[in-house]
Amino acid sequence: MDHKIAVNIANVSKSFGSFRAVRNVNLQLKEGEFFSLLGPSGCGKSTLLRMIAGFEEPSEGTISIGGLPMAGIDANHRPTNMVFQSYAIFPHLNVEENIIFGLARSGLSRSEKRARAEDMLAKVGLEGLGRRSAHELSGGQRQRVALARALVLEPKVLLLDEPMSALDKKLREQMQMELRALQRSVGITFLMVTHDQHEAMTISDRCGVMFEGKLAQVATPHELYQKPNTKQVADFIGGMNFFDGSIKANGGTRLEVELPRFGQLSVDAHGVSDGIGAAVTIGLRPERVHIGSERPEGADVAVPARVIDRAFYGETIHYYLELEGRTDPLIASVTNFERADHFEIGDAVWSGFRGGAAVALPKK
Amino acid sequence: MTLDKNARLGLLLATPTTLYVLLLIAAPVGMTIAYSFWTQEFVDVTRDFTWANYREVFADPLYRTLIFRSVRIAAMVTLLTVLLAYPVAYHIAFNVKKNKAMWLFLVTIPFWTSYLLRVFSWKLILAQNGVVNSALLWLGVIDTPIDTLLYNSEAVVVTLAHAWAPFAILPIFVSLEKIDRSYLEAAKDLGEGPVRSFLRVTLPLSIPGIIGASMIIFIPTVGDYVTPALVGGSDGAMVANMIQVQFGKANNWPLGAALALSAVVCVTGAACLLVLGLKLIERSLK
Repeated sequence: MDHKIAVNIANVSKSFGSFRAVRNVNLQLKEGEFFSLLGPSGCGKSTLLRMIAGFEEPSEGTISIGGLPMAGIDANHRPTNMVFQSYAIFPHLNVEENIIFGLARSGLSRSEKRARAEDMLAKVGLEGLGRRSAHELSGGQRQRVALARALVLEPKVLLLDEPMSALDKKLREQMQMELRALQRSVGITFLMVTHDQHEAMTISDRCGVMFEGKLAQVATPHELYQKPNTKQVADFIGGMNFFDGSIKANGGTRLEVELPRFGQLSVDAHGVSDGIGAAVTIGLRPERVHIGSERPEGADVAVPARVIDRAFYGETIHYYLELEGRTDPLIASVTNFERADHFEIGDAVWSGFRGGAAVALPKK
Repeated sequence: MTLDKNARLGLLLATPTTLYVLLLIAAPVGMTIAYSFWTQEFVDVTRDFTWANYREVFADPLYRTLIFRSVRIAAMVTLLTVLLAYPVAYHIAFNVKKNKAMWLFLVTIPFWTSYLLRVFSWKLILAQNGVVNSALLWLGVIDTPIDTLLYNSEAVVVTLAHAWAPFAILPIFVSLEKIDRSYLEAAKDLGEGPVRSFLRVTLPLSIPGIIGASMIIFIPTVGDYVTPALVGGSDGAMVANMIQVQFGKANNWPLGAALALSAVVCVTGAACLLVLGLKLIERSLK
């Protein structure tokens, strides 16, 4: 796959009065990738999207699309199209008229435009609904029309602003898969803004996580989950147990860490370059914690614990474990296998994990 | 028939309004219809059914002229008022961020003066030695006062357009205010500049407001009689002035009633055409 740059965001900041919504963001989107900007509400992800679309101008920095700097170019002249959070389907036009809205000055004849609309309707799974009026559409159909209306213009980048937030859970999951398939079939770069980490992880090639206007980490969903850079990222992308320890030896890629009460173990250094004696935070996903009535076999470190709470999720069960000398409970996620051991609140258990399952967090 | 407590209470609450409507609207309209088929014999009215009054209304070119002129003047007032009101409503809806309520309040200020005084003040503005002529003389644009400003249908149009402006601004404002701003961003995103976004999105979505404003202005304006009486002269006289004459000096109530009902029918027809026209404009904007 060729990795030409579709969008280049260089040192971009945006201030509204004294409020700095976006702070010095650097990001490159590759051609043909599905990229998600992920973060809590108010983190600046939508502002960044709107700057790419041309609805806001950066206070500092430059945005280039397809190699062309976009400063001073209005939204109506940019090679981007947007799927709005509300979908913004024109209520006075029917589905087909909505889809060909942007083709008004394409020079195409009426029949050519209609053919394009038919084509797009088929792509988004709305064959034969061209004559439907806007208010007869369901939420999922509106989203498809919004997609068709934007994609028919063959933008360099398709921008999606929280496109799933108006859909119920079941439909959202279905649309996520369809959106992924659609992106693969059209091959256009998709940039989606979302606050839902499951959504971002499910459909994206890469994700960028934003907090308070800053881009905290850019990585594939897998990397983001396994090797978060900060506690904040780790916490936002699923649950994580944190341990404070000190470095015993730094071998570059591996780190020998001393964890109080657990003992010494070797973890992924993940770029931590501090020397012997420095403090370090270790992250461990709940599903990597082993628990059992006996000391778990194969665990590098293990300590006795007590079950203080339990949450049943169906496919998994979360146990909240109290450990001596630790204030936060250790969370263990156990797959609800046929022969899985079940524990009750108050049970004394063993908890342990392997060094390979944990990762050092390089930044505060 | 037995009614439950709520239904009885509802009926009780609706009764005064119903009686009021029956007494003050249905009854006069019924009487007008009845009168229009009767005949005036000097001071008495003969209650024999006749079409004669309607025949006279349609046969006499004077009445026909007056009705057509009234519709024409009302149409011009409507057009002028909507054209003047739209930018104001647009400004309040889209450009005013704070203090929208204050702007709307300012729009209603002309109502603090009575309708009659407002019409009268136009008389002072347009008179031979009025504001406009004095200003033009002082500026040296003209040597002798223009005496054609007042007492014609144009003076009626100007005066009525001013009087009705707030009634046009409010419904248009409401329809513009209701437009989701993301539609305008979507239009821009899809490649349209400000002018074409306005023509393709904002204007069609505000057509309901324009229809509302047009009806509010057009229907009462056709029957206005104070303004033409004060600033219209003989050239600007409208059908309501003739109806007043029939019920007053001419003392021919049946003819007045027939004239009034014919005007109502014409207004209804014209109003339907107006709505149809606006709907066609809406369609052509797609």
